[in-house]
Amino acid sequence: MRRVVSVWFPTLPTDRLRQPENANTAASPPLVIVAARLLTAVDAAAAALGLRPGMNLAQAQALVPGLAVQGANPPADAAALARLAEMGLHYAPLAAPDPPDGLWIDVTGSTHLHGGETRLLRDLLRRLRAQGWAAHAAVADTPAVAHAMARFGGGGVVLPDAGVMAGLPIEALRLPPETLADLRLMGFERVGPLAAAALAPLVRRFGPLLARRLDQAAGTLFEPITPIVPPALIQARLAFMEPLLTAEAFSAVIVQLVDSVRGDLERAERGARRLDLLFERVDRSVQAIRVGTARPVRDAHHLGRMLDERLERVDPGLGVEAMHLIVAAADPLAFVQTASSLVAEPSPDIAKLVDRLTNRLGEAQIYRIAPVQSDVPERSLRRVPALSPVAPNVTAAWPADWPRPVRLIDPPQPIEAMALLPDQPPVAFTWRRVRHLVRHADGPERIAGEWWKRDREWLSVRDYFRVEDEAGRRFWLFRRGDGSDTDTGDMRWFLHGVF
Amino acid sequence: MFAPLIIPDKPASRAAVQGSLTAPAPRPPSPAIARLRERIARIEHLHPRDPSRPLSLPFGIEAIDQALPTGGIRLGALHETASAGPDTEHAAAATLFVAGILARRDGPVLWVLRQADLFAPGLAGAGLQPDRVIFAEAGKQVLPVMEEGLRQSGLAAVVAEYTGKLSLLASRRLQLAAEQSGILALLIRRSPGFDDPALNEPTAAITRWRIAALPSPPALPQAPDTPGLGRARWQLELTRCRGGEPRSWNVEACDATGRLGLVPDIADRSVKAA
Repeated sequence: MRRVVSVWFPTLPTDRLRQPENANTAASPPLVIVAARLLTAVDAAAAALGLRPGMNLAQAQALVPGLAVQGANPPADAAALARLAEMGLHYAPLAAPDPPDGLWIDVTGSTHLHGGETRLLRDLLRRLRAQGWAAHAAVADTPAVAHAMARFGGGGVVLPDAGVMAGLPIEALRLPPETLADLRLMGFERVGPLAAAALAPLVRRFGPLLARRLDQAAGTLFEPITPIVPPALIQARLAFMEPLLTAEAFSAVIVQLVDSVRGDLERAERGARRLDLLFERVDRSVQAIRVGTARPVRDAHHLGRMLDERLERVDPGLGVEAMHLIVAAADPLAFVQTASSLVAEPSPDIAKLVDRLTNRLGEAQIYRIAPVQSDVPERSLRRVPALSPVAPNVTAAWPADWPRPVRLIDPPQPIEAMALLPDQPPVAFTWRRVRHLVRHADGPERIAGEWWKRDREWLSVRDYFRVEDEAGRRFWLFRRGDGSDTDTGDMRWFLHGVF
Repeated sequence: MFAPLIIPDKPASRAAVQGSLTAPAPRPPSPAIARLRERIARIEHLHPRDPSRPLSLPFGIEAIDQALPTGGIRLGALHETASAGPDTEHAAAATLFVAGILARRDGPVLWVLRQADLFAPGLAGAGLQPDRVIFAEAGKQVLPVMEEGLRQSGLAAVVAEYTGKLSLLASRRLQLAAEQSGILALLIRRSPGFDDPALNEPTAAITRWRIAALPSPPALPQAPDTPGLGRARWQLELTRCRGGEPRSWNVEACDATGRLGLVPDIADRSVKAA
């Protein structure tokens, strides 16, 4: 006996805009979705205010001031539905999106795993609602009945041959709107009288779809659903006769597992981005290590080494009886020709090194420096991920005429300095209780505050000097303020770097 | 003809003996010496594994390149640099010296830091463009990360800033890693104290450099009162060199392309007391 769940999302487009990944869009209730100045979907708050799909936008805005309006995005809705269908795979191996606003899940033979149909439906709806999707669901022995009951019959479990369709409105038959309007003109309100009427004249007038829908509702015509293909995970598992305990043994197994995974990745033309290695211990608990890569990788040696380096985090307990390697994320990685006399010398690949250092030190610790258009020295650079492309000739952003120190002392250290005139460099300064006599100096280089960032920087000024002391050491000093107007700074001296 | 070289062991005495540290004219070695050197070089793996790749990176200054057995900074070997005197803590001169070496070489560079006080515009000023450098903040793992970088092909050089004692064993390991991969390994030794004895302990690095700032001449020598800064000057001291002798030069600091310049007026005759 076939059992099919139909899930209905009455407010799918508005719920999608409230998902965490769309948090930046204005989705405060009441929210309506608009295509061609007509409302195509409304959320619960808007519906409570009397707005309905099909209404004119101008009318809706007149009725509800401060209405949030978003444009319709059917492809995004379809993608959301496809993701929800993947979630349906949790309940049964056959699931499919039912556009525009529903799901099919063929739960034949798998309801016992979830404690029966009632508990399965309850669990499914609880999960969906926890993720912010309003949903109704029904389970019945044909897709048509489940679909109709989810939308018009209040959902729930429909027993086989219950004959519930007869009492439902004719809208439950999934017919085009014009057909429905004509049928209502002819006096048909419910499915029951329509099914009892003579079929031939109706088919002659409305086409074969009406007969097919009635047959599907009666269960005499089989309605297939096309399940989505589950995203295939590339994985390998190895169980052992005797529990393993030592790191050497784990390393040997890792070599085998990675090798088998590499073959699958090669056939799929993919490279691993994230690997999960699960250690199934004899006490039924599972230990896991996870490694990530900056680029898709298929190199067994590299993957194996990264996993090996993580082995110290595994507590084998009384022993590990199976190891399971899962490629949790993979990206396309085509074969490339690496050596040929015709192509130029390949640029050296440092992605492996970056991966290994990242797994060792953490992602924030491996970086490159990219310039930022700012004259304030502390703000003139930012960290970028090590493998991100940095445009060549980046020094254009840094002043070439004004040398910068190689070590920046951050925050700048206050010094005692003595200058004869405001525009002149100090003749001597004391830093860390050591007095330096200035022999040569260059400056001032005036750097004004970035007034567009904060009001307080409107007037602030720093005058930088490069100075050389009697021993030849060079320092980068600045005076806060322009030397005459105390509004621009308090005239104190700081040491900001050494050359 | 020339007095034997005296290498000052204390920075305080350096200024006093500066005059005697002028470069002697290179003597052509006798054939027997050349043969012996050849044999020693073979024992010490001074020959490249791949003859098509360059063995060393010359400074482009004959006096310095001749003092080094491979005619320049040898690739695939560990080199130590440190600043002298109060600059030992920040090692600014040593960093610029290293940046200048790297600026004259292509390819990506791994720069292992303990803490991030390096200022990339300053490196760019010595010719080391930031798009070539990958920084790794390694905390206490500076040496392991350096070794990791040396064992990985694809890099042109690995630079590490290290504070503390460097054991012979650890430096030997780094030297072997560099030798195997052919990657230039540069270690910047830093220390919070001025004359840290740990910086003078023997290590396996094949050269050891000590860079001290020297007072620079006026920007315009003919008008010494004009304000401005000329090119900085360093005393570049080769305190240890495998297969060579310790030497010292007065040089002009790295320019925008990382090249040093020999100070002409001091190289030829002794300097007057400053």
